[in-house]
Amino acid sequence: MSAWGARELTVTYGDTVALSSVSVDVREGEVLAVVGGDGAGKTTLLRALAGAVPASAGAVDAPSLSSIGFMPTAAGVWRDLSVDQNIDFVASAQGVTGATLAERREQLLADTGLEGATKRLAGQLSGGMRQKLAFALAMIHRPPMLILDEPSTGVDPVSRVDLWRMISQAAVDGAAIIMATTYLDEAERASRVLVLDGGEVLLAGTPADVMANVPGHVADAVGTPDRARSWRRGSQFKTWSPDEPTDGAARADDLEDAVIAATLAKETSNA
Amino acid sequence: MPEPLISARGVTRRFGDFTAVDDVSLEVAPGEIVGLLGANGAGKTTLIRMILGLLIPTEGDLSLFGEAPSRETRARLGYVSQGLGLWDDLTVTENLAFVDGAFGSAATPVPDSLRDAGDSLVVGIGLGGQRQLAFAAALGHKPELLVLDEPTSGVDPLARARLWDTVRDQADAGVGALVTTHYMQEAERCDRLMLMSRGVAVAQGTVADIVGDTTATEVRTPHWQQAFTALNDANILVALAGTHVRAVDATEDEVRAALIEAGVTADLVPMQATLDEAMVARERATV
Repeated sequence: MSAWGARELTVTYGDTVALSSVSVDVREGEVLAVVGGDGAGKTTLLRALAGAVPASAGAVDAPSLSSIGFMPTAAGVWRDLSVDQNIDFVASAQGVTGATLAERREQLLADTGLEGATKRLAGQLSGGMRQKLAFALAMIHRPPMLILDEPSTGVDPVSRVDLWRMISQAAVDGAAIIMATTYLDEAERASRVLVLDGGEVLLAGTPADVMANVPGHVADAVGTPDRARSWRRGSQFKTWSPDEPTDGAARADDLEDAVIAATLAKETSNA
Repeated sequence: MPEPLISARGVTRRFGDFTAVDDVSLEVAPGEIVGLLGANGAGKTTLIRMILGLLIPTEGDLSLFGEAPSRETRARLGYVSQGLGLWDDLTVTENLAFVDGAFGSAATPVPDSLRDAGDSLVVGIGLGGQRQLAFAAALGHKPELLVLDEPTSGVDPLARARLWDTVRDQADAGVGALVTTHYMQEAERCDRLMLMSRGVAVAQGTVADIVGDTTATEVRTPHWQQAFTALNDANILVALAGTHVRAVDATEDEVRAALIEAGVTADLVPMQATLDEAMVARERATV
């Protein structure tokens, strides 16, 4: 089993610490979801794995660049080229030619539903279509590792289910996949989750592990909730408490509650 | 029953031969949060532009606060656009002063989370701060209705929960809200949902109403890779959840047949479809 990933990786830009001692494994046949808000360090981690950002401390283990498929945020297609020209361009850059290219082109067009649109400019495709094309291009050389930076952000739920099916297929076929996402329902379907906040690891593990390892617990609020530790799900308040749950009770019902609880716990300990 | 804030009856908007919104009816009452769901191009933005008074319906009746959309009705609603509508080159305080000038509102306070950033340029306060500011700017003139177009895209879950607390507090005080979102967990926080597809309102109601009888089957097998490939090849909508495979909107017989064909043995467990799975199933059914 390959051991790609980051080992106590710290990345600084000038005085700013973008990542602080982050460790994570990216395993073959798995999707690792990296979760966090704007500025959490998701993109820095992905760029460091791709060798685009040097480590200030710690180390990165990743295959050589030719064995990585990289999909940057809201990019990865050439908008002024047609779908066909995008495929030709990326395939030639990756050294995919002849019968292999013909077969992968056919597969790509079937997966993305772009069979009837090969002459369309990529810039004229819908956001969902463009992201599916970008993903298919990132893996046209069938790299063993795929690094995807928010492939589904801004993509509507319908296209997102389709994109997730394509990502799942790549994992099923053996790729090691690390993807940043802001959608927690998507992260909940990943093999493992890494939650980043301010460049630090907030939570990590399988979705079930992450929910089981929340500090304290989340419960429905009773009486007047303490607004600093409470938030609403629908019209009902939930409250985080640093205390252990009563015997057998879950610490958090889903990944969303788990991440909010861990963020509150961190704020409390920093205060 | 209070008078609805938004009342759309049979609203249609065409652009040349293209029908962007097709015979849509929708009401938003005071104190109610209504979610507007749909793929890109489903007609959500066109509908919102009509509600804002920026586009006139080709057909149908649309009223806001009981009258036709106009500059006057615009002043009674608060709008947060996808692009946030802030001025990057102005400071936080200057942005709020600009909005106060436009709406004639009293000095809108800087949100608590931005207390120390009043003199910072908006471009430098990060996406989370910008979203807080856009909310404050939309609420400054005490609107009776909020129109929020993907209001929390890109922020962390706690910040998103805090923005939703603001929306819910407003609703408790009698303000109505129409919210578009791509986050299914946000959709579940709305009182009511409307799902649009290709300009048409294809479903309305609670999450349960929209999921309806869409089925999902969890396929449990150590050979999950083969199961996934077999179902995908059989043109069944399939998704991976960890190492479990989910087949959506297919009967148990169809799933079993595809697995037998590929020689995969598995336990099939019927599950409730998720909201996004139900949306895809409806989309596939209308193609």
